[in-house]
Amino acid sequence: MFEYYLNLFITAVFIENIALAFFLGMCTFLAISKKIDTAIGLGITVIVVLTITVPINNLIYNHVLKEGALTWAGLSDTDLTFVGLISYIGIIAAVVQILEMFLDKYIPVLYNALGVFLPLITVNCAILGGSLFMVERNYFFVESVVYGFGAGTGWALAIVALAGIRERLKYADIPDGLEGLGITFITVGLMCFGFLSFGGISL
Amino acid sequence: MSKIKEVLLNPIFNDNPIALQILGICSALAITGSLYPTLIMCVALTVVVSFSSLLVSLIRNHIPNNIRIIVQMTIIATLVMLVDELLQAFDYETSRTLSVFVGLIITNCIVMGRAEAFAMQNGPWLSFVDGLGNGLGYSIILILLAFIKELLGAGTLFGFEILPLVQNGGWYVGNNFLLLAPSSFFLIGLMIWGLRSWKTEQVEVPKYRVAKNSLESEEGA
Repeated sequence: MFEYYLNLFITAVFIENIALAFFLGMCTFLAISKKIDTAIGLGITVIVVLTITVPINNLIYNHVLKEGALTWAGLSDTDLTFVGLISYIGIIAAVVQILEMFLDKYIPVLYNALGVFLPLITVNCAILGGSLFMVERNYFFVESVVYGFGAGTGWALAIVALAGIRERLKYADIPDGLEGLGITFITVGLMCFGFLSFGGISL
Repeated sequence: MSKIKEVLLNPIFNDNPIALQILGICSALAITGSLYPTLIMCVALTVVVSFSSLLVSLIRNHIPNNIRIIVQMTIIATLVMLVDELLQAFDYETSRTLSVFVGLIITNCIVMGRAEAFAMQNGPWLSFVDGLGNGLGYSIILILLAFIKELLGAGTLFGFEILPLVQNGGWYVGNNFLLLAPSSFFLIGLMIWGLRSWKTEQVEVPKYRVAKNSLESEEGA
């Protein structure tokens, strides 16, 4: 059983890396990867938010939205999956807002470190993508916790790695037109190919 | 009239959302493997961005400022849901291929960006045209990417054979590299390089310059 979850985790981090295999959250990924410190802060925020929102959306999907899920309320043939998208994004926006208020009040140290990134997170497609993949693959609750954590870790790993490379690239002599954004795209492309080589690994 | 034309054409060539502002590139990278799904995706995004701009602009004077993001989000999510349902009803195959990326139009920065930056300040008709222009700007880049990747990668366009592959007794050796999703990074990187060599004012200034070889400069001095 443990082995199964470990496998799910490894798959989410390396083989199906949400940034480098599915290209989600790319806007933030390219914009906020100039320094390792900020990249680590953002990475941790994404891990936290994904680990919370994916399981919550899983509960919403399995107990409210799915066909026949409302049997407990006497509505056995109601299918609410069509309002899925708006519910997930609503949940994500609400969780981010609550997390921000909670951190501000109880863990100010963490709030100072992560606070600036939280508003960015709502519109980060890696977060919504995590929930959509969870629904598409029909994970049950424990699986969704592991998947959310794994997907977040994968994204964080990728952005920290890219920030490391970009800190070194500052000192490189790059053709004028490629400077900055252009070379970053090509670097990310190479990283994607690196991650492709993880394909097929399973425990 | 000229204002409308400017609003429509500016985002397509001069201020392209993907190539210049680097917004909404997730889908540009992931789904451009073949032309047909790309075209569907472009239509979906263009519809969503133009109608969300129109609707946001219609109610812009009634939205309290501090909850505007959530109002915009609701409008966008509703439109995306409609598009998603229509796609599943009429073209189930393509909706499978695009999988989560149709849903992810909600978090596409172009849609939010236009609602926030343009539709909140301008009238409904102008906002609609602006959304249309940005949708088309996005579409042009995506279709260009998909065109290159499908033609050179698989030798086909829309699934029809253009360059007969060696495997099928033709003469063209398909470039399998272009069939892998990460190749879009290289294509976009090269596109940016080309664009910046043409419009040099966009070039970023490097933080550190490599110093001249010290021996050389001493000899020179």
